[in-house]
Amino acid sequence: MSVLVIAELDSHGIKAATRSAICAASQLGEDVHLLVTGNDVAGIALEATKIAGVSKVLHADALAYAHGLAENLAPLLVQLAVNYSALVAAATSFGKNVLPRAAALLDVAMVSEVIQIINATTFVRPMYAGNINATVVAPAGLRILTIRPTVFEAVAATGGAAALETLTATAESGQTTWLSRDLVQLDRPELATARVVISGGRSLGSAEGFKSTLTPLADVLGAAIGATRAAVDAGMAPNDSQVGQTGTVVAPELYMAFGVSGAAQHVGGIKDSKVIVAVNIDADAPIFQVADYGLVADLFTVIPELEAALKAE
Amino acid sequence: MKILVSIKRVVDYQIRPRPAQDGLDVELTNVKMSINPFDENAVEGAVRLKEAGVASEVVVVAVGTAANQDVLRHALAMGADRAILIETPAVVQPLTAAKYLQAIVQREAPDLVLTGKQAIDDDAAETAQMLAGLLNWPQAMFASSIQLADGRATVVREIDGGQETLSLQLPAVISVDLRLNEPRFIKLPALMMAKKKPIETLPAADFSVSAPVLTVLQIAEPPARKPGKILNNVAELVAALRAEKVLP
Ligand SMILES: Cc1cc2nc3c(=O)[nH]c(=O)nc-3n(C[C@H](O)[C@H](O)[C@H](O)COP(=O)(O)OP(=O)(O)OC[C@H]3O[C@@H](n4cnc5c(N)ncnc54)[C@H](O)[C@@H]3O)c2cc1C
Repeated sequence: MSVLVIAELDSHGIKAATRSAICAASQLGEDVHLLVTGNDVAGIALEATKIAGVSKVLHADALAYAHGLAENLAPLLVQLAVNYSALVAAATSFGKNVLPRAAALLDVAMVSEVIQIINATTFVRPMYAGNINATVVAPAGLRILTIRPTVFEAVAATGGAAALETLTATAESGQTTWLSRDLVQLDRPELATARVVISGGRSLGSAEGFKSTLTPLADVLGAAIGATRAAVDAGMAPNDSQVGQTGTVVAPELYMAFGVSGAAQHVGGIKDSKVIVAVNIDADAPIFQVADYGLVADLFTVIPELEAALKAE
Repeated sequence: MKILVSIKRVVDYQIRPRPAQDGLDVELTNVKMSINPFDENAVEGAVRLKEAGVASEVVVVAVGTAANQDVLRHALAMGADRAILIETPAVVQPLTAAKYLQAIVQREAPDLVLTGKQAIDDDAAETAQMLAGLLNWPQAMFASSIQLADGRATVVREIDGGQETLSLQLPAVISVDLRLNEPRFIKLPALMMAKKKPIETLPAADFSVSAPVLTVLQIAEPPARKPGKILNNVAELVAALRAEKVLP
């Protein structure tokens, strides 16, 4: 049998997180197929046949699939599952929405947010905001997984030569109407995939302070800007910039935390970063326990100095 | 309109959990337990809908051990009308929980089920979607705003990179984000009044629920990061980052 990866699309095509899911799926030791769903996405499905490591692309096109509604996609997954030993998606807001619904319909105990594949039925997943790793065994038969995209390297978008098969769409549930989507316009890299992330906590004081302090440094570093939940709740930063257990999990080459105390819920979302830098006036702040480099200093003096030093190079 | 809120009892978010001696669970003896924070937002959301005259009854339900009485009392003190405990010998996994909840939904026939977007113990974020699937009801996950009118729910939900607005036909299942509201502080009179509200206990054996489960092989702390260095100034930091080759 084979493994089916459920693709997630955005305006540019297949998301990088899906290519991480393909990497994870290939570790299950079987052929990897990719399901591309959407409205009028034949071009994207064709493009997807070039993704490395995929032997077949299944393309299902319907208005009902346009916005990734779980109510419409889960029945399609149920129909396809009979031919597969595993269904895999990235643990993004899309994957987390759709796969558990399909798992219930298929009566499968799924494994969410997998960070390591030990063998075809044994997986490691984080719990308790990343304070604990659980090694679990899924029952034999169909396995359903979401994988954490930051720990599996995305396969190449080109170099493959998959077959393409067109499927008949399943019916629309009619239960849910999609009204609108507001994506924050990004003039900088996306938080989840950026090479450098700089984050601020509530000590930045205000929305204006947050922006005017962090943006110039982010520009110099080509960095995405993240925030703590406290900063988001105080209205200093947009919701989607929250980093952590209940926000976005990041694993950049460089993560710099300015005025972030280092609560477990925040640290759980940054621990896999290659290098962590913390700047905090409190030498006892827990963030220093996970930082590779720390400065016990005022962020409002460090940031301009750092910016000047980087520009001078 | 009747709202059913599903809640879970978990290790308090301020406690750092440690693996138990047997390496098959976290240490739970003498550890502070609380209502799952996201579920508290769900209770608050339901109670506010009742206070606004949109909902007529708020029923809270927990699937778990007898110890769940305390979190059910907490929800009653927040303003829920009555509580149901499906008493299981141990903590159950998401698919099992969803099946018990399905049975309660069939008995109670609510117009809306609310619950937290994830429980902070297993961090699975599965139960609400599973319940919606089993019931064949519409779902809106990770909600930061819910409006009810004319038999429909308009829900703003948090997605990667922004938010999205859906309109669901009721009955529906909605899981909520912390952003939905700020749960109220419980005052003493509310706590006293909650003591008089009913908690109905139903033994798990009364239900014919069976579900596949994951077997836990090991519960362990993740490998620690290597110890870091405190530097003296920005120049040292830039030099260190250069040496690490992480600067653009
Ligand atoms: C269920 C749940 C889920 C959560 N999920 C998340 C999550 O996903 N992500 C998240 O981030 N949080 C999350 N939290 C919140 C988390 O527990 C913390 O409250 C939050 O991360 C703290 O944010 P903070 O570091 O900005 O604020 P604080 O904890 O108040 O820390 C401020 C820090 O700034 C330092 N400081 C002050 N002034 C300066 C200065 N001038 N220069 C340098 N340093 C300065 C202080 O020393 C302090 O360490 C969650 C909480 C709960 C209950």
